[in-house]
Amino acid sequence: MTTDIAAETLKLPSLDYAALAPMLILFGVGCVGVLVEAIAPKKARFPVQLVLAVLGIAASLTAIVLAAGTEKVTAAGAVAVDGPGLFLQGSIAVLGLVALLLISERSLERGGAFVAQAAVTANSEADRDQATRGSGATEVYPLIIFSLGGMMLFAAANDLLTMFVALEVFSLPLYLLCAMARRRRLLSQEAALKYFLLGAFASAFFLFGIALVYGYAGRVDFAGIHAAVLDSPNDIALLYIGLAMVAIGLLFKAALAPFHVWTPDVYQGAPTPVTALMAACTKVAAFGGLLRVLYVAFERSQWDYRPVLGAIAVLTMLVGAVLAVTQTDIKRLLAYSSIANAGYVLVGVLAISKAGLASSLFYLVAYGFSVLAAFGIVTLVRDADGEATHLSRWAGLGRRSPLYATLFTFLLLAFAGIPLTSGFTAKFGVFAAAIEADQTWLVIAGVITSAIIAFPYLRVVVMMWLSEPGESTPAVSLPGALTAAAVTIGAAATLLLGIVPQPLLDMTENAAHFVR
Amino acid sequence: MKDFPFLSVLVAAPLVGAIVVALLPKSKAALAKQVALVWSLAVLGLTIVMWTAFKADGDRFQFRESYVWIKAWDARITFEADGIALVMLALIAFLVPLVILASWHDAERSSRSVPTYFALLLTLETTMLGVFAAADIFLFYVFFEVMLVPMYFLIGSYGAGQRQYAAVKFFLYSLVGGLFMLAAVVGLWVLGGHTFDWHELQKADFSTGAERWLFLGFFLAFAIKAPFFPFHTWLPDAGSAAPAGAAALLVGVLDKVGTFGILRYCLPLFPNASKYFAPLGLALALIGIVYGALLAIGQNDLKRLVAYTSIAHFGFIGIGIFAFTTQAGSGSVLYMVNHGLATGLLFLVVGMFVSRRGSAMVGDFGGAGKLVPVLAGVFFIAGMASLALPGTSPFVSEFLVLLGVFTVNKTVAVIATLGIILAAAYVLWMIQRTTQGELNPALTKLESMRKDLSLRETVVVAPLVVLILVLGVYPKPVLDVINPAVSATLEDIGKKDPAPTAVEREAAK
Repeated sequence: MTTDIAAETLKLPSLDYAALAPMLILFGVGCVGVLVEAIAPKKARFPVQLVLAVLGIAASLTAIVLAAGTEKVTAAGAVAVDGPGLFLQGSIAVLGLVALLLISERSLERGGAFVAQAAVTANSEADRDQATRGSGATEVYPLIIFSLGGMMLFAAANDLLTMFVALEVFSLPLYLLCAMARRRRLLSQEAALKYFLLGAFASAFFLFGIALVYGYAGRVDFAGIHAAVLDSPNDIALLYIGLAMVAIGLLFKAALAPFHVWTPDVYQGAPTPVTALMAACTKVAAFGGLLRVLYVAFERSQWDYRPVLGAIAVLTMLVGAVLAVTQTDIKRLLAYSSIANAGYVLVGVLAISKAGLASSLFYLVAYGFSVLAAFGIVTLVRDADGEATHLSRWAGLGRRSPLYATLFTFLLLAFAGIPLTSGFTAKFGVFAAAIEADQTWLVIAGVITSAIIAFPYLRVVVMMWLSEPGESTPAVSLPGALTAAAVTIGAAATLLLGIVPQPLLDMTENAAHFVR
Repeated sequence: MKDFPFLSVLVAAPLVGAIVVALLPKSKAALAKQVALVWSLAVLGLTIVMWTAFKADGDRFQFRESYVWIKAWDARITFEADGIALVMLALIAFLVPLVILASWHDAERSSRSVPTYFALLLTLETTMLGVFAAADIFLFYVFFEVMLVPMYFLIGSYGAGQRQYAAVKFFLYSLVGGLFMLAAVVGLWVLGGHTFDWHELQKADFSTGAERWLFLGFFLAFAIKAPFFPFHTWLPDAGSAAPAGAAALLVGVLDKVGTFGILRYCLPLFPNASKYFAPLGLALALIGIVYGALLAIGQNDLKRLVAYTSIAHFGFIGIGIFAFTTQAGSGSVLYMVNHGLATGLLFLVVGMFVSRRGSAMVGDFGGAGKLVPVLAGVFFIAGMASLALPGTSPFVSEFLVLLGVFTVNKTVAVIATLGIILAAAYVLWMIQRTTQGELNPALTKLESMRKDLSLRETVVVAPLVVLILVLGVYPKPVLDVINPAVSATLEDIGKKDPAPTAVEREAAK
């Protein structure tokens, strides 16, 4: 027995480089980005990093497209390359690219949204000084590339340990990114600390869950767990507690109630482009991991976890919708909206069917585009002190800048699920999957919460259009080309996926098969 | 001519006009109005051609067009029209140019973009035409929801009084109903074999429980839209806050989507559930008749008053639908048209009064007939039509409804007749307090109150008055179109008219 294991450890695992290329490229580019920070002269860093990051993501996306149709488990069972994995990786790459546009915007504020030295004590003389200085951090690029690479690995991880490593790889850069806002430094640092501490707790739960599942199944790879769920002679309690703890880690990252409390604070405090990145890409990655764990590893326990997760979905939708009503800050409002939306995705996930998988994938992409555009517009509404995020400051925005107010209204209608937007097609997909899987109660809850959350969205619309502009209504800054491109892409995708969703529906339909 | 894609052109045309108007610069307000008016008249012309091409004795559904939209869900862009839809389409096409003309100066008062106002009106026309022409349930739902957006901005941006509150209330009420319908639409799609086609779904069989839940999902949305008691509270707010033209469309057409939806979707798709829930529908409608009328009597705001009278009228439409006889059904559909004409006229005339007086309160008027006799005369005609005086078109429909209901349910018919008396009370009292009696001295001080109907306003009210009187005497052209469609709907739910008692006696012998 022992010799067997020794022999196995000595054998090099076979690596399918083509299938792993999307992640390898990003990690490689991330390392090069770190070197650029060390070597390149200060002036050249920003353009070099930007070009490098864009090329890196584009190359990674190309590799994903080339790998399309692959279905295999590689790297000694650590990574699964299959339809959902590749689709999620592609979504992360595309959404990441759009978020990168927002992150790279430097014409709204001298030096961009990030400070050069995040470690300077907040509100000190030196800190105020650096806020007005033109230089900004370019370390954000390698951090973002590492984070995106980690997300891709997370969506493709085929055993719990790889998943844990990927979780940390994509989380740690995010914690740092949250702390680097140029304005409202204290809020930003508080957000980072909160995210880090709670994230560490969640990781600990996740890790302990892995240990318990290993105790039950004797394996950490998903196929092994799948086989053990029915056959293992060990105490079933180990499985349940382990699954619950693993789930807590995943639910935390996906911002599902009751593990959502960090979301509003972090979304509000983080630099808005980073918030956009988290709302779009982290959500995709987190649900990618959740989907794989639920569909591949624990599929046979679905009768046990479905009611519990169903209750969590209802709670999430309710908490997101009800608390959104009371918000007075646009970033917090969008944070609660993202919580509610995570609940709708979970409704699709819990169908535990091909349709459920496909509709969840569709929802994640549709929501990602909309939320990127929405946060993109938030970065534009600013005055001398930076972004004006308090809702009262948005009063009469429709008069001052009808174009952006129209776009934002359109995005809000998409979040509310009005037809001819991607929000409607996405919701229809998950509701249809859920009803087909006899989860009608989730759909009823979804419908009721949709009605509740329409109110805060409408309130913003009322603010923008029906209220008279006040003294303090900030004008919308003229966006630089990058933000304009990001907002345009996001809004156009929201419209197109609402009117002609068929191509993406086909893609999700074809992708919706996991390998085990 | 037969193969001309009438319905898709009809639905798309106003949208194109809306885009054109919206792209005009703010300063070109006059041009925007003219373009909008001409465009809506062209739509009306097309509708008239379509009406002549419709064969009343032909197929139940005509002008069918179907295009693939979202293949994965088998959602198609399918349009077709039966007689019921046809008359509603005609009503919309007829009312919109009048509303545009009546709203000529409305938008200027609000200090907001004038072209946008007319663009919104045309967008609203597209969605209204679409909702009545759609024969694919997905498409119907899309129009049903999207319709809220232009109306929301019409009320919220261009309205008066508590416009923001009214706009949000209107939107949320409709959205809540719409979302429950969405759940039912999804359920229907899953249980009906993954199709949205009306004809396919009509053949589908559901278990009793499922059918009842699906019915309730649809019914709730339509009852809010119509509105039936107790879902009506948004209507007076929206009706009084909306600019007069938008209010005429809101009450005259938009709300008919509710009653139309019950006839087109609830009854044929869920026949057994419809029969099961018919007492509920009758009860809500009856309460609406009495309650709406009583509240109308108590109103001091003219626009709110008209809105409450509409709730009473929707009650009549409701009992006509749930009586399940051809007479009552045809009466209901005819009522939908006539109510659109009569209440549309009433709202527009009230709007003319309000724009002159600067107030909608009944107490601010008094003896206005002495200053503006012609306008007061039109107001009187509109009021008489609203209380269904014989000779005006609503009389025919109300009579048909009561007759049809009486043959199956005498109690309901008798209580509903009470509504007629109450209608006389609120209309006559309203007219008396505003245009009759002693002249309110405050009125004489107002320059605008001394101007009687302008040419523009005459052009607005004349066609409505003429049509109300003509259809009051000779409703046959409309009834000929409606009757086959109503009979077919009743066949869908397997109801036959009760034989006349005389025949029954014959048979017993």
